[in-house]
Amino acid sequence: MRTPVRLERRLEQPRWLNWAIPVISLVTALVLGAIVLWLTGKNPLEVYDRILERGFLGKRPLQGTLITATPFAFTGLCAAVAFRMGVINIGGEGQFYVGAIGAAWVGIAMTGQPVGVAVVAMVVMGMLFGAAYGSIVGVLKARFNTNEIITSLMLNYIAGILLNYLIFNSRSYWRDPRSMGFPSGKSIAERNEWTDYVIGGVKIPLGFLIAVIAAGAIWVLYKRTRFGFEVGVIADSPRAARYAGIRTRSTIVLVMALSGALAGLGGASDVGDFRHILDAKGLQLGGFGYTGIVVAALARFNPFSTLLVAFLLGGLTNAGYALQGPDFPSGLVGTIQGLILFTAVAGEILVRYRIRPNRRRAQAVAS
Amino acid sequence: MNTNLLVVITASAVFYGTPLFFAALGGVFTERSGVLNLGVEGTMLIGAVTGAWASQHVGGSAWFTVLISILMGMAAGALTSLLHAFLCITLRTNQTVAGLAITIAAGGVGLSSYFANIWEVAANPVDRPIRKLDVLGLGDMPVLGPIVFNQTILTYVSWVMVAVASWYLFRTKIGLQLRAVGESPQTADAMGINVVKYRYLHTVLGGSLAGLGGVFYSLAIVPLWVDGMTKGAGWIAIALVIFGFWRPGLTLVGAYLFGALQSLGTALKARNVNISGDVLDALPFFMTIVVLVLISSRFAHRRLGAPASLGVPYEREER
Repeated sequence: MRTPVRLERRLEQPRWLNWAIPVISLVTALVLGAIVLWLTGKNPLEVYDRILERGFLGKRPLQGTLITATPFAFTGLCAAVAFRMGVINIGGEGQFYVGAIGAAWVGIAMTGQPVGVAVVAMVVMGMLFGAAYGSIVGVLKARFNTNEIITSLMLNYIAGILLNYLIFNSRSYWRDPRSMGFPSGKSIAERNEWTDYVIGGVKIPLGFLIAVIAAGAIWVLYKRTRFGFEVGVIADSPRAARYAGIRTRSTIVLVMALSGALAGLGGASDVGDFRHILDAKGLQLGGFGYTGIVVAALARFNPFSTLLVAFLLGGLTNAGYALQGPDFPSGLVGTIQGLILFTAVAGEILVRYRIRPNRRRAQAVAS
Repeated sequence: MNTNLLVVITASAVFYGTPLFFAALGGVFTERSGVLNLGVEGTMLIGAVTGAWASQHVGGSAWFTVLISILMGMAAGALTSLLHAFLCITLRTNQTVAGLAITIAAGGVGLSSYFANIWEVAANPVDRPIRKLDVLGLGDMPVLGPIVFNQTILTYVSWVMVAVASWYLFRTKIGLQLRAVGESPQTADAMGINVVKYRYLHTVLGGSLAGLGGVFYSLAIVPLWVDGMTKGAGWIAIALVIFGFWRPGLTLVGAYLFGALQSLGTALKARNVNISGDVLDALPFFMTIVVLVLISSRFAHRRLGAPASLGVPYEREER
C-alpha cells in the first residue's frame, strides 16, 4: 500500500519552523473546530466572529482576557519547565490548588502588615506550597522511578478533595464561619487584595506582571546558567547526563519543585488578584492545570511564547464564558483547546520530517 | 467487621471493578502492541455519552436497546482511539502528549460535555439502564448470591473475556506476534509481521474496551449522564495495567481491589461508620500512588512484563 506523501527525515532544523509550526497548528485546529461546529449544525464563521469580538476587540474584552490568561500563564510555565526536561508534570492543577490554599492562609491571617509585605508573603507561601506538592512527584520519580504522569494526576484529584474538605466538609480556618447555607471561603483582608496596573486604559492584573517576570527568570535560568544546561543534557540523554556527573535525581526534584512553585504562584494570584477567597468550586471548574499543558505544548515550551499563547487561549476561554448559552454550549472551548493540543503535537512532526510527494517507484522505473 | 459487610463490599467491588477492568484490559492490548494510550479517560467519557444517547433514542425491546447502546459506546471509543493510533503510529508523534490531548479534548469539559449538551443527554434520564440480573434465581443465596449471581450481564462478559484474552495473548500465534511487536518491532518486522497493522488493530480494540467501560458508568453505575462522570477511572485503569503486569488475570484482581476502594465509602456510610467521606474519596487515588511506588521500586530493573518498546514510535527506515 502506497501513501500519496511520505515523510523524509530532516537533517537540519530551519529556524522559521519555530514560529511556523505553532501558527500552522493553530490554524489547523481552528479549521478542525469549524468542521465540528458545522457537523453539529452551527455556523463556524459566526461562532469564531463572536469569539474574536468578545475575547479580543475592545478594552473590556481585553481586560477579561488578561484575567483569564493569568492562571493559564502560570500553569503553562509550570508545564513548560517540567516538559522541557522530559518530566511530564500534569499535576499543575493540584499544585495550583495547593498554592491557593497557602496564599489564602497568609492572606487571611495578615491584617496589620504593610500592603507590600502581605503581597510578598502570599506570593512566597503560594510558591512554597506549590513547590512542596510538586516535589512529592519529583521525589517519587527520582527515588522509586514511579511514573510521574500517573502520580501527578492522582495528586490532582487528592488536592481537589482537600479543597472540598477545607471549604465544604469541615470548619477549617479557610471557611467563612458565617456561611451556613452554602459554605464559602473566608475573605482575605481587604488591604491584601492585589492591585491592578492600568496601561493604555486596560487594567493589567499584578499576577500577569508577575508571570512576565517569572517567564524572564525561567529564560535566564534555562539559557544562561549551569543548572539550565544540565537540564538540557538530561532532556537529551539521561544516561549521558549521569556519565557526565550530573546529579539527575536531585535535578528532577528541583525541576518538579520549580514547576510546582510556578503553578502555586498561579494559585496565589487567583486568591490575591481575583477571587480574594479560597474558592473550592471555582478553582476546580477552571481546569487551569490542563489548559496549561495545551498552552505549553503550543508554545513549544518557550517561556515567552507561553505568555503569548496563554493570552490567546485566555481570549478563547473568556469569550466562551461570555457567550455560554444555547448557541455556545459548554464543552466547546475545551474541545477547541484539545484540538489545538492535537495539532500542536502533530505539528511537531514537521520539526523532524519533511513531507514529500511519494514518487519513489516512478523514479525507479524511469532510471 | 461482620461477614455481611464483607459480602456487601465484595459484591460492589465486582460491580465497580468491572468498568475498571474493561478499560484496563483495553490498556493491556494497546500497550502489548507498544502503544501507550493516556487518552483512556477521555475515551471512556466519549463511550459513556454515546451509550447514554443511544439508550435514550434507540427503540425496540429493552434488551435490544441495551445491546445497541453498548455497541455504539464501544464504536465511539474505537473511533476516539483511532485518532490516537493515527497520531502515534502514522504521524509518529509523542505518545504521551497525544494521549493527554485525547483526554483534554474529549474529557469532562471537552467534547463529551459538548455532545451531552447538543444531544440533550444530561437533560433526560436513562430509562433503560443495564440492570443487575438474578441468575438462575440464586441472587438471594447467602454470601455467593450477591457476589456471583446478582451482577450485570457485562460482569459475566468480563469473566469470559479474561479467559479469552489470556488465551489470545499467551496461547495463540497472533498473540505471540503481538507481543513481539511490543517488544521489538524491528525483529517483528523482519519476521514479516505487519507492525503498523498490529498496532492499529490493538489500539482500536483497546479504545473500544475503554468505551465499554464508559458505557458501564453511564448505564449501570450512575445511570445518568454527568459531565466528567468517570472521575479519574481512566487514569486508575492505566495504573492497573502496570499493577497487573500487562496480564489480563492480574488486571482483574487489581480492578476488584480498586472497585472495593471505590465502594467502601457507600458501604460504610450505610452502616454509620464514622469516617470522613473525603478520606474515603481520596483513598483510590492515594492507593494508586502507593501501589505504583511498591511496584516500581522493587521490580524496576526486572521490568516485569512491560513491553520493551512501549511508547516508542516505530520507524522502518531507522535501524
